[in-house]
Amino acid sequence: MTPISELQNTHTMSVLVDNEPGVLARVIGLFSGRGYNIESLTVAEIDVEENLSRITIVTSGTPMVIEQIKAQLERLVPIHGVNDLTIEGPHVERELALVKVLGVGEKRVEALRIADIFRARAVDSTNDSFIFEIVGDTGKLNAFIELMVPLGLIDVSRTGVAAIARGTVVMDHD
Amino acid sequence: MSKNQMSGAQILLKALADQGVDVVFGYPGGAVLPIYDEFFKQNKIRHILVRQEGGAVHAAEGYARSTGKVGVVLVTSGPGATNAVTGLLDAMMDSVPLVCICGQVPTHLIGNDAFQEADTTGITRPCTKHNYLVKNVDNLARRIHEAFYVAKSGRPGPVVIDFPKDVMMGHADYVPPAKVVHKSYKPQIKGDLAKIEQAVKIMAGAKKPLIYAGGGVINSGPGASQLLTQLVQATDFPCTLTLMGLGALAASDKHFLGMLGMHGTYEANMAMHDCDVMVCVGARFDDRVTGRLDAFSPDSVKIHIDIDPSSINKNVHVDLGIVGDVGHVLEDMIKLWKSGQKRADEKAMKSWWKTINKWRERKSLDYDRAAKNIKPQYAIERLYELTKKQNEVYITTEVGQHQMWAAQHFHFERPNRWMTSGGLGTMGYGLPAAMGVQLAHPKALVIDIAGEASILMNIQEMSTLVQYNLPVKVFILNNEYMGMVRQWQELLHGGRYAESHMQALPDFVKLAEAFGGVGLRAEKKEQLDDVIGEMIECDRPVIADICVDKLESCYPMIPSGAAHNEMIFGPEDETDDPVTEDGMVLV
Repeated sequence: MTPISELQNTHTMSVLVDNEPGVLARVIGLFSGRGYNIESLTVAEIDVEENLSRITIVTSGTPMVIEQIKAQLERLVPIHGVNDLTIEGPHVERELALVKVLGVGEKRVEALRIADIFRARAVDSTNDSFIFEIVGDTGKLNAFIELMVPLGLIDVSRTGVAAIARGTVVMDHD
Repeated sequence: MSKNQMSGAQILLKALADQGVDVVFGYPGGAVLPIYDEFFKQNKIRHILVRQEGGAVHAAEGYARSTGKVGVVLVTSGPGATNAVTGLLDAMMDSVPLVCICGQVPTHLIGNDAFQEADTTGITRPCTKHNYLVKNVDNLARRIHEAFYVAKSGRPGPVVIDFPKDVMMGHADYVPPAKVVHKSYKPQIKGDLAKIEQAVKIMAGAKKPLIYAGGGVINSGPGASQLLTQLVQATDFPCTLTLMGLGALAASDKHFLGMLGMHGTYEANMAMHDCDVMVCVGARFDDRVTGRLDAFSPDSVKIHIDIDPSSINKNVHVDLGIVGDVGHVLEDMIKLWKSGQKRADEKAMKSWWKTINKWRERKSLDYDRAAKNIKPQYAIERLYELTKKQNEVYITTEVGQHQMWAAQHFHFERPNRWMTSGGLGTMGYGLPAAMGVQLAHPKALVIDIAGEASILMNIQEMSTLVQYNLPVKVFILNNEYMGMVRQWQELLHGGRYAESHMQALPDFVKLAEAFGGVGLRAEKKEQLDDVIGEMIECDRPVIADICVDKLESCYPMIPSGAAHNEMIFGPEDETDDPVTEDGMVLV
């Protein structure tokens, strides 16, 4: 049996940073240089006046590694705060995927039917293809994509996870 | 353009002066000419012209570590910046506050593979605490002040400012340091009082306690070393120091067990292994210190004080982590200890000290004193004895056996007197570092304890010493080998000394003279004291070539992959494979 301290867990971290050149390279360099995993990473400016961006990173590791990742991120000079949402409490995670499916006849009808169940929208359509837009958590997107494989899936583009704490909780600003 | 506006180069010089900088180590080039022109027009800040940029960074490190101030480096773009990289990482690993200003090609040429262009911020990102590319002269003064703040606050480190030539020549208003407040970087200085209280409680319940202190105490300032001494004396706890921490507690203090780790003393390592409460003060559980991790101090409750939260629980899981400046935390700790009239169990402490004194009797640093040739340990011992009476003695080292012998046999009573490359282990560190120390302390006796291999890595700085009349003393323990490599080849690779013997070496006496310094040599034991005496008396740069036993190894030693209680003391212990396969993988 693997001891608890050796178990790999997936964590979602929300990182508030100065929106300045090199800040993303600094974060990515930290992960590659220290051998940490990145499962997904999203970044965008969220406050034009304060010039702040939020980076959401999904990573995995043992509890000791996860603690290190948070501490190492907090050590970077242009980082205002790091929230480990997985530890801190309930939060919402969303991801968007664009899924291209080629097919005619029965398969095409089946693809539309499943898309409907998943509340995916067709955002582009030709006689023999669809592009579906689907929003949800990572698990939902994975399930949809899996179902599309036998129906002619040929291309997927995903945004990675954006996340935010539930309720009245405000994530760290400093 | 308003009348008060200054050029970027002028802003730099003004900002440096406002930051209290009195000396800059540098080397000119095309991309920094406007800055050098400003240097020419002023006399507030001294510029020291090194012979290679690597030397400039180590010199600034020596300056910073012996004064507690920020060291400043100025280099040109491209190769100037890349030559500085090793020194920057060295400063990063050993937490030395530096600001390194690199020239850069003009902003419109960045990314075009221009002459002497390098992606300096890209290259230095993982080896600095922070770096800036200043593209707009309006931000320049602010960035420079921020750089100094970042370099010296929290856990100190090197900061690079990449400075394009057109920005040097652009004009803007100057912003004084007082107006610059950092938006995001605010390290925690005071420790959590509840945790400190908890620590004091654990310490009072200890039966076999140990304080393990490191470079963080030195970085916190001389006051922290005094507080450490007070804590040690108030608690009567034994104390060991890391390589970087030497001097934080006086070597003559009866509580001092010597340095710990791979070449630490038997008593320090055994106490680490057997203690029941370990108080780590500003050290980072480096692999040279811990030895085999799964056998590291198995039965102790561990308390760790560090200003860098990422140091806590990085290599070793601790029971109580206190984030804060060690000076502040020690102050609170001592207050709580004294006000609570705390005291560890007297009977247990008596028996613990008895055990420690028994370990001390093993005299793990002993060597063959009767030898006819000069043993390197003897050379250091004599150097210590003959310089003891000098007012101010500062020691720097290169990297290798001589470094460990210096750490073992030279004794430091005060902080900031010992400059060595601990984390990165940079050969060539000692000579330029000594240069920086001598500049900061013109009247002091500054000695670089060196090996004949390391010294050749930055020997060009002898020329700088002569130019500025800096009487640094280079004390070479010359055994014609890269001694530490040779020792490991003896221990791990069946004595196959692949490429560790220097089959051709310069005549160091003539070399010193060629540079315009003084060369001395001791080949026999009876010459040693005279050579050291002559070296100390000389008011010029000296190279003293001490021809020591060629095959002496550095003991005691924890072989790689072994635990603290598995030390070897000499060649007699090496016989039955002291190193495992797993250990061989480790460095």
